[in-house]
Amino acid sequence: MNLLWREALLSFRRTRLLSVLSVVTIAFALFVTGLFGLVAMNLRLALGQLEERVEVVAFVQRGTPSQTIAVATSDISAFPEVREVLYVSEADALERARTELVEFQDAYRDLEVNPLPPSLELKLQPGYRDARSAGEVAERLRGFGFIEDVRYGREWVQNLDRLRTIAGLVGLAIGSAFALVSMVIIGVTIRMTVLQRAREIQIMRLVGATDWFIRGPFILEGAIKGFLGGVLAVALCGAVFAAFKGQGVGLGLGLTFFGPLEVLALLVFGTLLGLAGSVVSVGRHLKRV
Amino acid sequence: MIRFTKVAKHYPTGSEPALADVTFHVGRGEFVFLTGHSGAGKSSLLKLMYAEERPSAGDVRVSGFTIGALTADEVPRLRRRLGIVFQDFRLLEDRTAAENIAFALEVTGSRADVIPARVARVLGQVGLEHKAGAFPRELSGGEQQRVAIARALVNDPPVLLADEPTGNLDERATRGVFQLLRDINASGTVVLMATHDLDLVRQAGHRVLELRDGHLVFDSAADQEEPA
Repeated sequence: MNLLWREALLSFRRTRLLSVLSVVTIAFALFVTGLFGLVAMNLRLALGQLEERVEVVAFVQRGTPSQTIAVATSDISAFPEVREVLYVSEADALERARTELVEFQDAYRDLEVNPLPPSLELKLQPGYRDARSAGEVAERLRGFGFIEDVRYGREWVQNLDRLRTIAGLVGLAIGSAFALVSMVIIGVTIRMTVLQRAREIQIMRLVGATDWFIRGPFILEGAIKGFLGGVLAVALCGAVFAAFKGQGVGLGLGLTFFGPLEVLALLVFGTLLGLAGSVVSVGRHLKRV
Repeated sequence: MIRFTKVAKHYPTGSEPALADVTFHVGRGEFVFLTGHSGAGKSSLLKLMYAEERPSAGDVRVSGFTIGALTADEVPRLRRRLGIVFQDFRLLEDRTAAENIAFALEVTGSRADVIPARVARVLGQVGLEHKAGAFPRELSGGEQQRVAIARALVNDPPVLLADEPTGNLDERATRGVFQLLRDINASGTVVLMATHDLDLVRQAGHRVLELRDGHLVFDSAADQEEPA
């Protein structure tokens, strides 16, 4: 085991420039992936906050007995999609309009008849805050005889859905592309190392080293490079994040950096990329030595 | 220790076989010269012995291994029972003489605590105790070949294969390396040495196998050879 580490580290020392170059390239690839991950993570958090605001409003016919509304509220609360049902009476609605819509304060004050209908405001459970679920809930609400109209900001919810899907797909595409690029880069550097060490490999074979003994240091080297690339990528992401925060970009948006789990994931991802790249490359190129 | 029976070797790129119908046997303690012009098949024959190549036909047995039937996992086991020396020494330039020898022990999984003593022993055997810390570029050709021989010997192989080991050496170094190989043979190791140096072959008086165009055309011990 000691020999494995020694040979892997020796290879680093012998091909210092190449090793530094490959770690930097891997780091750059992981950095871009990480940066995208950071954007995606913040986008997800922001969407999460927006999702909180997805609600369904059902307008109730004036004069509906409070008994009927109470029974319906209890039924609606039992919907699996529904987290909370709030009954807003006509008076409550007017009071709220007066408080929230300051520019119409005078108009609301002078009213002789309250034009605002009572309503039921539904907040949805996490996981159901999408256009389809909101639409289904709205459809069921329309089945109640005393409900005049149901609104859930259909377009807004659909746009939110689309944004989330696009963010997911772009993340997947960019992440996969850069993962592939990282693997290719690691493969190329391992190939160069294998060719550079061809003589040593031939000697190892001649004196009876097993195939896995020969492969071991290369594979370990790839994993170390991937890991170091990951460390550098996390540092770069941190630097960019700090610069953004320092310049006040995004202040008030509540930007968040990776937690320990995400950092660990990036390091593991880097190491796995290094492993995969070196395993594939060593297998292919050792045959030619 | 080494037995070839009706061995042929064809390479996909060559129209003529590199070896054809080669049969011979090398017993314990023998010193055998393998001679022949360039392209006669000497290297192919040696490559079959250390399983760098497989026979196209016939049977090759070395140190108890049947080369044609070796699995990939068995090749390292065979090579640990062989010492192999080449004309170009094949030393690692960035390691000292002692490290080059130790390398052969390390890659075959020897215990770290026994390596220094074994390296010192073989360095003494080849007369280079005082050059243990020298890098190959600091050694003469003869000394580099001695280091290569020491590396080949360090695993105590019963068979030593030497492919033109004196090809790059001057006459004095050649005599020195040859004498070393004879000493090694005297201690019981089978030595099979491919060479162009017919003066050396004539003077030594050891058994000679001569190849011509892939055929074994002369075996000085043919009369004493047991029927296969």
